[in-house]
Amino acid sequence: MIFGYPLLSVAIWLPIIFGLLVLATGNDRNARLARIIALVGAVLSFLVTIPLYTGFDRLTSAMQFTVQNEWITRYNINYFLGIDGISVLFILLNSFFTPLVVIAGWKVIEKRVAQYMAAFLIMSGLVNGVFAALDAVLFYVFWEAMLIPMFLIIGVWGGPNRVYAAVKFFLYTLLGSLLMLVALLYLYHQSGGSFSILEFHRTPIPSMAVQVMLFIAFFMAFSVKVPMFPVHTWLPDAHVEAPTGGSVVLAAIMLKVGAYGFIRFSMPILPDASHYLAPVMIALSLIAVVYIGLVALTQSDMKKLVAYSSISHMGFVTLGFFIFNAYGIEGALLQMISHGFVSGALFLCIGVLYDRVHSRQIVDYGGVANKMPVFAAFFMLFAMANSGLPGTSGFVGEFMVIMGAVKANFWYAFAAASTLIFGAAYTLWMYKRVIFGAVANDHVKHLHDIGARETLVFAILAIGVLVMGLYPLPFADIMHASVNDLVVHLNISKIPN
Amino acid sequence: MDMQTLYLLVPLAPLVGAIAAGLFGKVLGRAWSHRITIALVGVSFAVSVVIFQDVMGGHIFNGSVYKWMSSGSTTFEVGFLIDRLTVMMMLVVTFVSLMVHIYTIGYMEEDPGYQRFFSYISLFTFSMLMLVMANNFMQLFFGWEAVGLVSYLLIGFWYTRPTAIYANLKAFLVNRVGDFGFLLGICLVLMVFGTLDYQSVFANAHNYVNDMAPIPGMSVGLLTAICILLFIGAMGKSAQFPLHVWLPDSMEGPTPISALIHAATMVTAGIFMVARMSPLFELSETALSFVMVIGAITALFMGFLGIIQNDIKRVVAYSTLSQLGYMTVALGASAYSVAVFHLMTHAFFKALLFLAAGSVIIAMHHDQDIRNMGGLRKYMRWTWITSLIGTLALIGTPLFSGFYSKDSIIEAVALSHLPGSGFAYFAVVAGVFVTAFYSFRMYFLVFHGEERFGKDHHDHQGDHADEETSHDHHHGLKPGQKPHETSWVVTLPLILLAIPSMFIGYITIEPMLYGDYFLDSIYIAEGHHAMAELREEFHGAFGMALHALTTLPFWFALAGAVSAWFFYLKRPDIPEAIKQKLSFIYTVLEQKYYFDRFNDWFFAGGARGVSGLLWKFGDVKLIDGFFVNGSAKVVGMFSGVLRGLQTGYVYHYAFWMIIGVSALLTVRTWFE
Repeated sequence: MIFGYPLLSVAIWLPIIFGLLVLATGNDRNARLARIIALVGAVLSFLVTIPLYTGFDRLTSAMQFTVQNEWITRYNINYFLGIDGISVLFILLNSFFTPLVVIAGWKVIEKRVAQYMAAFLIMSGLVNGVFAALDAVLFYVFWEAMLIPMFLIIGVWGGPNRVYAAVKFFLYTLLGSLLMLVALLYLYHQSGGSFSILEFHRTPIPSMAVQVMLFIAFFMAFSVKVPMFPVHTWLPDAHVEAPTGGSVVLAAIMLKVGAYGFIRFSMPILPDASHYLAPVMIALSLIAVVYIGLVALTQSDMKKLVAYSSISHMGFVTLGFFIFNAYGIEGALLQMISHGFVSGALFLCIGVLYDRVHSRQIVDYGGVANKMPVFAAFFMLFAMANSGLPGTSGFVGEFMVIMGAVKANFWYAFAAASTLIFGAAYTLWMYKRVIFGAVANDHVKHLHDIGARETLVFAILAIGVLVMGLYPLPFADIMHASVNDLVVHLNISKIPN
Repeated sequence: MDMQTLYLLVPLAPLVGAIAAGLFGKVLGRAWSHRITIALVGVSFAVSVVIFQDVMGGHIFNGSVYKWMSSGSTTFEVGFLIDRLTVMMMLVVTFVSLMVHIYTIGYMEEDPGYQRFFSYISLFTFSMLMLVMANNFMQLFFGWEAVGLVSYLLIGFWYTRPTAIYANLKAFLVNRVGDFGFLLGICLVLMVFGTLDYQSVFANAHNYVNDMAPIPGMSVGLLTAICILLFIGAMGKSAQFPLHVWLPDSMEGPTPISALIHAATMVTAGIFMVARMSPLFELSETALSFVMVIGAITALFMGFLGIIQNDIKRVVAYSTLSQLGYMTVALGASAYSVAVFHLMTHAFFKALLFLAAGSVIIAMHHDQDIRNMGGLRKYMRWTWITSLIGTLALIGTPLFSGFYSKDSIIEAVALSHLPGSGFAYFAVVAGVFVTAFYSFRMYFLVFHGEERFGKDHHDHQGDHADEETSHDHHHGLKPGQKPHETSWVVTLPLILLAIPSMFIGYITIEPMLYGDYFLDSIYIAEGHHAMAELREEFHGAFGMALHALTTLPFWFALAGAVSAWFFYLKRPDIPEAIKQKLSFIYTVLEQKYYFDRFNDWFFAGGARGVSGLLWKFGDVKLIDGFFVNGSAKVVGMFSGVLRGLQTGYVYHYAFWMIIGVSALLTVRTWFE
């Protein structure tokens, strides 16, 4: 505990309390009040996470800011929180995005404002819980609970086909989560009655067969969230139906919890199975990078295109993890942060266009730069970041992962580096068709450029993208100790020879 | 101020200009935008001169500016290596950039995107300086991609034109193909050497001469693999065959940037890079041979294409391709200093030719077709004289700057013994004739002969290639209207570039090629004699010019110029007849050897086709159609069965209980 209060608990519960406060404002007659409370809550929730970064001890790989209280003593379940160099940045990223989503939805959402804002605040708290939980049951509770606000966001404020999207999402995630629960119960048993994740890391699992089965159980839960090929098809549908804010949080934050699961559970708990199955994981990651990169090219719906682009970029994350070196793992973590900025920004860009024209189809646009030059400039920056241009955040992670991949096998790097071409192709081709050219139709002709509120959101993200691209050291520095420790840990077999 | 502050000032001054004109252009207005950016690029040039003197005094700097990132035991830094090679590039970049900045005042006068343009060219100057000043591979890649970005933005500057936004996407993607190789090369360097710092890599390179590359399934030398991968990057950036296809289309951008980016500086980044990497390339003759052959193909075959172009900028563009090929050949012949020397002279005379072409384009009211020009020398004295100087320098007229560099390349190739050097020698010598021919063809068609402007342009309606390449805003002069000389902001840079185009070769050949100018920057392996032999034959710049009168290239150049005069001034009917007779060859040239067609069909079309197939069959049919919706159906069916089981009759349940208990017992007995 630093500064006299349990930082992590505050990071989790403050947004949730504010969310409940917002809900209490009632119906849309008090919409303005709801917005203001939401914004204050979101900003405060972000501010309270800053000491997590500034007070972080970079020299240790141990868990920090830990909080441990008894919860359900009969089963030794604890309210156990803590963060290390791997999870700290995700809490900051998540809390950073909440105010942006609130501002972005300020005017756009007119119906059930309080519920909308509350859903995002509560989700923010729950996601912080996922990243901070060190007790498996607590983790599982947050993991499942955070889906509820997301379901509501898609279901209530979503597009016309939201039911199909929601069902698909549900089918995909439910199956996986249940198997994870089974795996957690097995580990509870194996560890002699503990749900502590740190205890799981130390728990010996001497049979490869058991490790592989547990790995598969975790894989079912995490791969869907990442999402990895071939369980990715829920994502484009979910994005298309979700409102802008939903897409932003889905892409920027929710996808990260799956990848986080791999690095917090699968890899350290099951090092032998991880090594054994690494070729499969790498193959699936490279398929995501190449195959999905190609699939993105032909999309006619901008949101689907960016959704596929997300899957392709997340392929770098799983690739980076399963090549088991520091470049790869740090690159993957940086890629996760950067992807948060960039995909969030791109969905906001599409949202700006959608708010004005009410279409996500590329063919409905053309020549937007003529009418929205400021917007076009921001969009250009984010498109370039999505293409992995050096100097933007998009480059850092990809660069590191490709570096790491060369160490593992030149051809992995070769396949991964193809994103240099495909990523640029699908992003800039879309940009060209939407932004460049002569004014294409009356809708475009009557467009007006982004206002102060939208500019503020984009400017904040642009600064994030550029700072991380030009000076990634502060982002990488904080994770060194934990990643190095993980790399060492991964090479210690749990199977006695 | 200490030197390190000055080093920082060189790239940062244009960056500040770019930010000022880019973000605050509206507030500053047009005049202040150009004043600020020009002043800051001027500062950058002046400081470069100071640094040049410091470096000539023997002060070489290699140090870090800030730590970019670290991972494992590797740190990535942003830092500068200021040696003579760097400082020469800094001078060229800042000087040409300054000229182009001034010129832009006149060229972009009426353009609504005035401030944006100044912001971009200042940003380019910053990026290019970061590229040449880098002391490590990562920063090199940064600069490399950043100049690519600005090039993309500038080719598409007039973003409402379909041709411009096609060209800029194409340029970016083709460059990305090169960068794909480049990045893998950098990754191999990091993996093997454990660092990306130039000095440490170069110092250790010789320890890996006999190592094989860690590429499963391929047995290729480590350094060969690294060099070829790095060179693939250079092929993209310096538009070498077969990645040359983007450069002619890049002429869709405004002319000032064609001069700055697509002639003088950015496209020479690849040449600079290979020269910088000489300690690596010198250790792999396979790579050098590859470099030389690629360069030779580019030098000759791109020259041919220049002959049939009618767009004034495209003639110069193909000439640039061909000259870049010359530089590449020199690199392959281990004559790095000659390549860099040609890079420098070419920067001056090619920037001059482009800017002069731009001046002509202004005078012709944006008609770029040389068939609509003619006789302009009477109306545009300064443009005419400076163009003539540029042309003479380009074809290698003795005493002009281009002569010294190009002749040295030819000599160096003659002395090379690598596989492919025979072909390369043939290509560069034949290229001399071709260069002289297309250069003077353009010169005569533009400045001499019958005045063809101010006529109805419908004569060329039937010419499809013309329609394809022409801009949608061809204005041209109205009947009876006469062209007139452009304003001083345009002609002053022409004059300032014409001076080095004439003299710089004569002055600098001795220190740069035969003195110790590049001693610390460029490494030449023991067995590669070309430069040493050249040095023995060299007896002063004037002697070299005299001696040239007795050699083949000089007579080839003369023959080229004379044939151009004969065919295009004396007997213009002959080329027409040849075009009819040899229509097959003409069509092949007109179609640029069908590269664009092939790329559009195979790569662009292929990728879209594969993409569509993968999506429709992989994602939609197989995964969603079969697995996801299929399993939903299966779940539905199961639930139907389960509903059927729950009948409410006790004897049904009892039956299933008996089945279950016996099943469990069976399983239990198995396990015991």
